[in-house]
Amino acid sequence: MHRTRRTVLKGVWAMGALATAVAAGLLGPGRAFAAWNKGAFEAKSALDAMRALGMSNAEDSKNIEIRAPDIAENGAVVPIDITSNIPGTTSISVFIEKNPFPYTGTFDVSQGAMPFVHVRVKIGESSPVRVVVAAGGKHYTTAKEVKVTIGGCGG
Amino acid sequence: MAEPMKIRATLQGDVADVRVLMAHPMETGQRKDAAGKLVPLHFIQTITAQLNGKTVFAADMSQAVSRNPVFAFKVKGAKAGDKLSITWQDNTGDKRTDELVIRAAP
Repeated sequence: MHRTRRTVLKGVWAMGALATAVAAGLLGPGRAFAAWNKGAFEAKSALDAMRALGMSNAEDSKNIEIRAPDIAENGAVVPIDITSNIPGTTSISVFIEKNPFPYTGTFDVSQGAMPFVHVRVKIGESSPVRVVVAAGGKHYTTAKEVKVTIGGCGG
Repeated sequence: MAEPMKIRATLQGDVADVRVLMAHPMETGQRKDAAGKLVPLHFIQTITAQLNGKTVFAADMSQAVSRNPVFAFKVKGAKAGDKLSITWQDNTGDKRTDELVIRAAP
């Protein structure tokens, strides 16, 4: 009985130490984002989300490649490859304009990653997928239409 | 604790091509269960990748990322023997970290 209790206690300590280490890693100076941007993630339009992120002045660019299917049979899993050819790219943000909450995420590549990301997203109905790239303090954008035959949100 | 991630890193010169699969339901908060009740929001909010303890890739994301998320990214300046660790944290505070030692290209 005592042995069980000891094992449980050890487990709890180990988990606590791990959690502390992880929290330090996430909150340390290496982290580029201030915090998960609740306002932007809860915005109901892509423009409002871009405003919340300070990206609404993004200019159109042909130097961002979005590889996504023209027609996605299953909106629950739509693979998207994004490559930025803009020098000094620091982050890549994705907005699915017709989703209930368009802002899908921001990928920070400023600290030693190539300006590329692959992600799989849910798309509720046919919608433009807008990508905003931050580079040298400015923002650049492009979009690609993805048609969806079965939605990815709701039941 | 959540299921372990599946991480793969392939070296191409000094660039590590990283693919990671995370086991997570990624509930949107809009889906109804069999009883017609809304399934609460449950999704990964942040991911961080570190190479030898230094953050090289990070993401903030929403519930629009697909269930059991797959990501790929490319880390510069990687070499065989480097330690890559990836952490995710979800909106309930649950988190998980998995590590991989990058191996030389075959």
